Amino acid sequence: MTEASAPPAATATATETVTALRPGVLGTNAARPDGVPKVQGRFAFANDLWAENMLWGATLRSPHPYARIRSVDVTGAWKIAGVEAIVTAEDVPGQPTYGLIRQDQHVFASGYVRFRGEPVAAVAADHPETCRRALEAIVVDYEVLTPLTDPEEAIAGTREPIHPDGNLIRHQRILCGDPEATGPIVVEGTYEMGMQDQAFLGPEAALAVPDDDGAGLELYIATQWLHEDRKQVAACLGLPEERVRLVLGGVGGAFGAREDISLQVHCSLLALRTGRPIKMQYGREESFYGHVHRHPAKIWMRHSASAAGEIIKIEARMVFDGGAYASTSPAVLINGVTHAQGPYRCANAIVDGYATRTNNPPCGAMRGFGVVQACFAHEGQMDKLAAAAGLTPVEVRLRNAMRTGDPLITGQPVDSVAPVERCIRETDALPMPPDLASDADVLSLPGGTGRTADRGHVVRGVGYGVAIKNLMYSEAFDDYSTARCQLNDGVVTLKFATAEVGQGFLMLAQQIARTILGVDDVMLDTIDTQIGSSGSTSASRQTWMSGGAVDAACRKVRELLFEAVADRYGLPALQLAIEGTDVVDTIGTLRVPVGEASMGLRLDETVEYRHRPTEDLDENGQGNCHVAFAFVAHRAVVDVDPELGLVKVVQIATAQDVGRALNPLSVAGQIEGGIAQGLGLAVMEEIVVTDGMVRNASFTDYLLPTTLDAPTVVFSLIEEPDPQAPLGAKGVGEPPCISVTPAIAAAIRDATGRDIRRVPVRPQDICLA
Amino acid sequence: MTQEPIGSPEIYRLQVNGESHDVQDAWLGESLLYVLRERLGLPGSKGACEQGECGSCTVLLDGAAVCACLVMAASATDADIVTVEGLAPDAALTDVQAAFLDEGAVQCGFCTPGLIVAVHHLLEHNPEPSTLETREALSGNICRCTGYGRIFAAVDAVVASRADQAAR
Repeated sequence: MTEASAPPAATATATETVTALRPGVLGTNAARPDGVPKVQGRFAFANDLWAENMLWGATLRSPHPYARIRSVDVTGAWKIAGVEAIVTAEDVPGQPTYGLIRQDQHVFASGYVRFRGEPVAAVAADHPETCRRALEAIVVDYEVLTPLTDPEEAIAGTREPIHPDGNLIRHQRILCGDPEATGPIVVEGTYEMGMQDQAFLGPEAALAVPDDDGAGLELYIATQWLHEDRKQVAACLGLPEERVRLVLGGVGGAFGAREDISLQVHCSLLALRTGRPIKMQYGREESFYGHVHRHPAKIWMRHSASAAGEIIKIEARMVFDGGAYASTSPAVLINGVTHAQGPYRCANAIVDGYATRTNNPPCGAMRGFGVVQACFAHEGQMDKLAAAAGLTPVEVRLRNAMRTGDPLITGQPVDSVAPVERCIRETDALPMPPDLASDADVLSLPGGTGRTADRGHVVRGVGYGVAIKNLMYSEAFDDYSTARCQLNDGVVTLKFATAEVGQGFLMLAQQIARTILGVDDVMLDTIDTQIGSSGSTSASRQTWMSGGAVDAACRKVRELLFEAVADRYGLPALQLAIEGTDVVDTIGTLRVPVGEASMGLRLDETVEYRHRPTEDLDENGQGNCHVAFAFVAHRAVVDVDPELGLVKVVQIATAQDVGRALNPLSVAGQIEGGIAQGLGLAVMEEIVVTDGMVRNASFTDYLLPTTLDAPTVVFSLIEEPDPQAPLGAKGVGEPPCISVTPAIAAAIRDATGRDIRRVPVRPQDICLA
Repeated sequence: MTQEPIGSPEIYRLQVNGESHDVQDAWLGESLLYVLRERLGLPGSKGACEQGECGSCTVLLDGAAVCACLVMAASATDADIVTVEGLAPDAALTDVQAAFLDEGAVQCGFCTPGLIVAVHHLLEHNPEPSTLETREALSGNICRCTGYGRIFAAVDAVVASRADQAAR
């Protein structure tokens, strides 16, 4: 059975690299240090934690998308045996609001609730069932208001503000080149994307343990960014940051949904109130209400091009619905508008982007962060352009492919290595899947276990997508990561606050230390706030940023080691190098194992790594606002039953610009996992919201790709090390999930000839088109 | 509205991983998953959906793979229950666990224990499953990180190595 494995080419590359290198160093498939406990069930996820004398916490949430709170009566809840604390807005001792970019959301709703599921109160009790009963006994008197749910109404300003900050979170225009430029080919379209959920498997969870003096606490939390959480939690609790210590609880996936505050403040507040440890964990339904989602978007685009199909100008209007609170909407919007051109040359552009505030569920970070929406639109346009110019989808993309140094419509030159043409060509060269057999098993037909598709009706289609994705944070954000490296008696200990959310940073950190310092044993200290920030595990940034910090700290320690060895043997330190696990004299004959050379030494260095500064955009959307870029291409092959509107994604081929594969097996995991999420967005996953109400907050009704939905994945890694990147490697997390969605939509168009403008593609979008 | 403490004076006994456990002062509405995790110190089984959709809480109940979130603990008193913690003696790895690590099938790891139990169950009943049989057997175990490719590779590796051992 080789259906789902990597193609021979990629496997061969990985194997060759591995055999030439010392086990565990960069470039090998080093083992994850958290792997053994994870397969044994011994790994402590945040919701596995337990403390003596612990209580459970739970949250009361608004049943209405928009309402005024007349009163909250908690007396009934206090009558229930086992209830130890009840807190509402008036019990928040510090800043009443929080938020990643703007502090516009109340810890508990105050005055108004602005989305279905907004927290109103929290309780602590002896048992989850007691908590549930207590929540039921709290009486909230709501004056139900008509929700604002149409983003266009928010833009038009026709409704009273639903929030003091107004109904428009951000508008950004990009004007580039000649706005009058045009060409003989003009194609336009409107593209829509539904609201996707990150659907990490491990629901939100935390354990808060109060200090004995009641003036501080320790919070064990599954998060993406410990220090940002600490800043917001301390502010809301009215405590100095040093009295709030955060420790990373095991994280069951993240994908952007753990960047915002969810239960952190509630759980901490209950712990301070009761003086007892509090455990909180969301169930799946609450998780859907408790974190932000991917922005639903509506994008209009018009491309003007030469008769040869070369893009002359793009015009776009992009509307991202941010829902009730800002979260990261301002940044998501900027990613959307600055990626409107895709990985293609374009000299002229007029782009308007809006992030709106409505009474829909709040939206924020999800893998791909604004670029997913833009890519779905620009790739739909590329296929229209191909048809108008008489080119194939591959030809039109090659003709316009961006090269290193080309400017974006923001005026920023793309000085990252930009192997767009290689991505497209190598994707196209990957083997196609076999034809669907005439006696194919029903499980492999569209509709799968539904066993409804008729083999005779099934048609096959092929589609392409190509993407550019910025790496790291943008717009003048002072982004850095901190790491400490100690070398004592041949053992390295690393400390950082980098959230390991499943991506494998722990393994990568060990690989870096083994490579730089020539040791085999690398200990990892607790991930907590007892060291400087490592920034967020998001934006494909940790390999670059925290990898860069660990690399720099290890190099500094290596310098100290060389100085010590040089002193001892009377050699110039500059002559020394690490070879395998030895310190060697590159000119003479000295060769000392690192373990021996470091005996008795206490070498200790802490480093803050920063990427180069970025700029804000001006009012015309001009400025060097991004740090770096990665590229990827996808080809999708689908089988469709057009009469039933059912789709089976047969195969995804992809070539990805990774810079350098530091752990090829781990890169494969990111590619395959990202593709599954992009497939979900293409044909399965949507949080259905009507009148501000979520209709499918469960895994029964929110459809996630299963083993039967997973396509065969064949891939090729494009390794052109980026000179800016500390390890030559680009982040590989986001690109896999970006252009796969438009590629699948294009394949469905190709199979059926029907106009697919929206994802996820629902059966009625095909059979009634 | 109840004023009574939630725990029941009833005591019931569960057989888990070959050991007998008395459960007391428990609310009788507790699922097997809750009792394993919160009362018996066996948090290896994970809860991610509470409705039998994700398979993270897969355990063996008299040899059948079930979602522990859907089983009332107090109704499982006569069953032989095996959780991920009971698959191998302390510190040891089963061939399935080792293959998951070797093939890169573990990322965040939240679905992993349930999948490990499900794969053991599959291969016990069908030592050489076809591609589609594997997919159908594991379709009740959702993984959000891996896209399943490395998980299929792990299953293949175990099948091959068991067949190899059987041939010797």
